[in-house]
Amino acid sequence: MSEIPVTPPPLPRRPILPRALPYLLSLPALLVCIGILIPFVTAVWYSLERYNLSMPYMRSFIWFRNYISLFTDPDFWNTIQVSLIYTISTVVLELLLGLGIALLLRERSRLNNIISIALLMPLMTAPAIAALMWKLMTNPGFGVLSWLISLVGVTDFKWASSPHTAMFTVVLVDIWVYTPFMMILLLAGLRSLPQQPFEAAKLDGVNAGFVFLRITLPMLTPFLFTAVLFRTLDSIQQFDIIYAMTQGGPGNSLLVFQVRAYLEFFSYTNVGRSAAILMVLWAITYVLSQVFVRQWMKLRERAHGAS
Amino acid sequence: MAQADMLWRGLRGVALTLVVVFFLFPIFWIVLMSFETNETVLQVPPTLTPHLTLQNYVALLSGKLNTATGIINITFLHNLWNSVLLSTCSVLVALILGVPAAYAFARFRFRGGEDIAFTLLSFRFAPPLLVLLPLTLYFQDIGLSNTYVGLIWIYQLICLPLILWIVRGYFEDASPDIEYAYRVDGHSWWKAFTKIAIPLAGPGIAAAALLSFIFAWNNFVFALVLASADKQPVTVGALAFVTASGIQYGIIAAAIVLSILPTLALALYAQRWLVEGLSLGAVKG
Repeated sequence: MSEIPVTPPPLPRRPILPRALPYLLSLPALLVCIGILIPFVTAVWYSLERYNLSMPYMRSFIWFRNYISLFTDPDFWNTIQVSLIYTISTVVLELLLGLGIALLLRERSRLNNIISIALLMPLMTAPAIAALMWKLMTNPGFGVLSWLISLVGVTDFKWASSPHTAMFTVVLVDIWVYTPFMMILLLAGLRSLPQQPFEAAKLDGVNAGFVFLRITLPMLTPFLFTAVLFRTLDSIQQFDIIYAMTQGGPGNSLLVFQVRAYLEFFSYTNVGRSAAILMVLWAITYVLSQVFVRQWMKLRERAHGAS
Repeated sequence: MAQADMLWRGLRGVALTLVVVFFLFPIFWIVLMSFETNETVLQVPPTLTPHLTLQNYVALLSGKLNTATGIINITFLHNLWNSVLLSTCSVLVALILGVPAAYAFARFRFRGGEDIAFTLLSFRFAPPLLVLLPLTLYFQDIGLSNTYVGLIWIYQLICLPLILWIVRGYFEDASPDIEYAYRVDGHSWWKAFTKIAIPLAGPGIAAAALLSFIFAWNNFVFALVLASADKQPVTVGALAFVTASGIQYGIIAAAIVLSILPTLALALYAQRWLVEGLSLGAVKG
């Protein structure tokens, strides 16, 4: 802030204004920034406190004991495991499906454009609402999916209400909602690739598999990387789909980071522990987002020209 | 060779059909269900020629549901209104805050500028509950708990980064030369900003506004944590619906359709800009 002349000498107004201008223009956004950073700092503080809303008189600063108790608690390791399984399976499956669909729709034809637009509909559905839709579809009484699998002889498939299949069910909903995200990003990437290498390969009669592995994939890597990191960052924080579908159950089968933190706060009123869980998640997302932002800036400069 | 080509085309057709069915069938099924009576909904196997009715929508929009045990009041219309209000106001606030800031970041290199821009971007990737849970306690202290103002403020977590980074890209794409020429003519920077820069970035601003409206509308966790029943948008309201007893499935389906219709319609309208918006301006469609 040292660049702004605090007490301007009696100069004409004009030259001063433009120097302070960027600050004035971004000041409102900065204030919102600060407004959101305050609760963040509070959360860091809470995570170092013994703080339970039902026992406010016990509140005290306990350094890292919340974290120590978390990492020595098998339940928390279960949360880490469940979150990782959820994140890895959704991101990998969405990547493979999204890439496959993008390749199918690569040619700019009328039909392909209509399909790619239509496929955006799940992505524009609120994830919480999408979970409700699938809850209706997997209803044991009248759900169309329950009926469909009963046709092939599976009658005791319990979808989200059994701990064995709950993960499968929420991953399926996540795939339904977010595969179009991978698809649309990779499709934009595919269509932005220079055409010459593909034309040259075609002239040389190189087979399709070789073209895909040696030309398409390497050139598409920045897009793949960005899309995967983007989805990983969102997926490891997934709350809406899981909460709307099962509220983390049955049992502890779907207690991912944010769902566990939410329950810790609202069911057990344990503010300190809840904040510590979220800080662990924040640390993970912070590292990932640093890598992401670097990658994202590269793509952004490519899209908007270096500036 | 021709035969292999045929085979390839056939496989591609089958694959595309499967993809389209998987992604669109759920929406089709819910829409169909929303026009069915409870008896038809519960029929197994599902009938292919259902008797379609508007009664579910009538019940939702009138707010009264006649059941065997009496009349149930449905507040879904109020949830819908909350969604409209919260999303619209959040986008307007984000535009007022974000467009000038985006202009500043695009046109000036100034100390701390990039830090603010990247801090705002990082909000998009931080766990929302980390901010929300302390806020529930703060909001009680400063009297913002369960108010529209408090909610609209926290919705800036989604709307502001989106507006800022997309609009910034559009300002950067527009050459500053026109603005300089206009300034040299003796006009103030404010006039250059409002008469030249904003119209040039117009499509970007519109796209960013539409997209942040969609994301605000689709948000679930903010209102779940910070709002009680009378301020809840459709995403949270619909969940309460499912767990409420006595609500028929057809009505739930109709509520789902009304909840997703606005965003789907806007998305179809704005599809040209979706790629750019979804990637926060990193990829152009």
